[in-house]
Amino acid sequence: MNARQRKLIYRILPYTILTGIGLCFLLPLLWVLVASVDPNAMQSLKLPSQLTMGNYVEVITSPENQRAYLIGLVISLGQAVLVVLLALLAAYPLSRYQMKYKKPFMLTILFMTSLPITAVMMPVYQLFLGLKLYDSIGGVILFYVASSMPYGIWMMKNFMDSVPRDMEEAAWVDGASLLTGIRRVVAPLMVPGICTVAIFTFSGSWGNFFVPYILLQSPEKFPAALKLYQFFGQYGMVDYGSLAAFSVLYAVPAIVMYVLSQRFMSRGFGLQGGSKG
Amino acid sequence: MSSLTIGSQKPKRSTYTWLFFLLPSVAIMLVFFIYPILLTFFYSFTNLALTGEAARELKFVGLDNYARMFQDPTVKVSIWNTLVFLIGSAVIGQQVLGFLIALLMKQRNRTFRRVIGTIVLAGWVTPEIVCALCLYSFFGDDGTLNAIITSFGFSEVTWLFTVPMLTVILANIWHGTAFSMMVFQAALDDVPSEIEEAAVVDGASKWKIFTSIIIPYIKGSITTNAMLVTLQTLGVFGLIYAMTGGGPGNSTMTLPIFMYNQAFVNYQLGYGTAISLLLLLIGIVLSLLYIRSMKE
Repeated sequence: MNARQRKLIYRILPYTILTGIGLCFLLPLLWVLVASVDPNAMQSLKLPSQLTMGNYVEVITSPENQRAYLIGLVISLGQAVLVVLLALLAAYPLSRYQMKYKKPFMLTILFMTSLPITAVMMPVYQLFLGLKLYDSIGGVILFYVASSMPYGIWMMKNFMDSVPRDMEEAAWVDGASLLTGIRRVVAPLMVPGICTVAIFTFSGSWGNFFVPYILLQSPEKFPAALKLYQFFGQYGMVDYGSLAAFSVLYAVPAIVMYVLSQRFMSRGFGLQGGSKG
Repeated sequence: MSSLTIGSQKPKRSTYTWLFFLLPSVAIMLVFFIYPILLTFFYSFTNLALTGEAARELKFVGLDNYARMFQDPTVKVSIWNTLVFLIGSAVIGQQVLGFLIALLMKQRNRTFRRVIGTIVLAGWVTPEIVCALCLYSFFGDDGTLNAIITSFGFSEVTWLFTVPMLTVILANIWHGTAFSMMVFQAALDDVPSEIEEAAVVDGASKWKIFTSIIIPYIKGSITTNAMLVTLQTLGVFGLIYAMTGGGPGNSTMTLPIFMYNQAFVNYQLGYGTAISLLLLLIGIVLSLLYIRSMKE
């Protein structure tokens, strides 16, 4: 092998490996996309003999599915709004005041962002039975808010730290109260940060399966995640097309949220802020 | 406009104004997050059950749940499976693959990077139940993988039965690798190119540059990412539950699934809680390590 051949291999090899990896990642995904428009979808990926929107129509026109989808949206949107409001309030003193226990408080918050929620669900279930919150959509929202609060506060505080203080102070001189200052001056300057927190919270609960699986019981209260799982159990072996169409529809909000988040996150991807699985 | 002030710079505020701001979020975290954590410790010492006698009368059973746990062979299997799942899918799988992709993507064609990056990201953005479905059908008896290998003349393999742990590990790698990829892409971008160039001028080999410049430079990201990815994987439930349900046998029974089964299938909530405490303790240790790695 001469030097030129070796150089060529060095140039081509990374492309070959990456293409291979890309294919492995693509195939399972391609199946769900193709099967969703195939009237005779099978378990394996195959070229459809004809294309149909029938699977989608079937899934969308079912009132049960619509309901589950709507419940999922109510839960995730409700949670996102509450987390943003509460985190905005909490972040303010953490960002602006000198407080004695600020550092340990923030470390506790960071610590809580990384704890696996799965581990606390048994006692949460018991607690919900006691508080009469079991099998209630509002209860699910409350728990979601609590579990994403640490993350929300941590992010929001970091975003708020980068908002200059002089503009708030100018508002105070004009007679604005603290809350007005936050609402009229600080919050508008933090729109990208607020959107980032909202999007991350929304995606987190939209994709979550375990929390509603534990906290809800009545099928008519199931959000999309549970409905899809139920669907999988009932018709999974027969109706691959509808199952795939449902999966795609359920994945759409998560994808939209991700695309939106890219517009708000100016600085690529850093490790400050932690993450929730 | 209660705190309207004239002439002074700041709105009037008492020493406890901060309390008003922090109270709502702290209260909700205390009730729904911190209190359950404390309850975990408490319930794990009780005979709490969903049905029967014990459901009505809560009794302290001391260390019974723990004694039972250490004698229960399924606990040992679950701990082992959890470790295999953590190391296989998170520590090695996602980290190494994510790093490899990030490294290979460096200085490649822009469009190519974008296409590969988007495909890998798609697995991450997709909700876990959908991931489970996609990978379930991929590894299924009549699935895509078998269709591919039979077209090459090999005979079908019942992947979900023969190597169930491998399939859930690969599923989690498929779902999670993009996170590590992004972390390492950001970390690699931060390595100053001057140092690398200087090393090239000095005649250092590619391998030498990799081991003595790039790796030490991004060591911090590697540790932090390892911790985060492990923590995320520790709590994985839906992905395994929907793909294999912990089976066949107990072959993919990880701690979260075992905990769920004990509490809600066998109605032994106290025992399930004792198992969840195990998960929680592992999580606490890892989280503390994570915070330490962040502070450095």
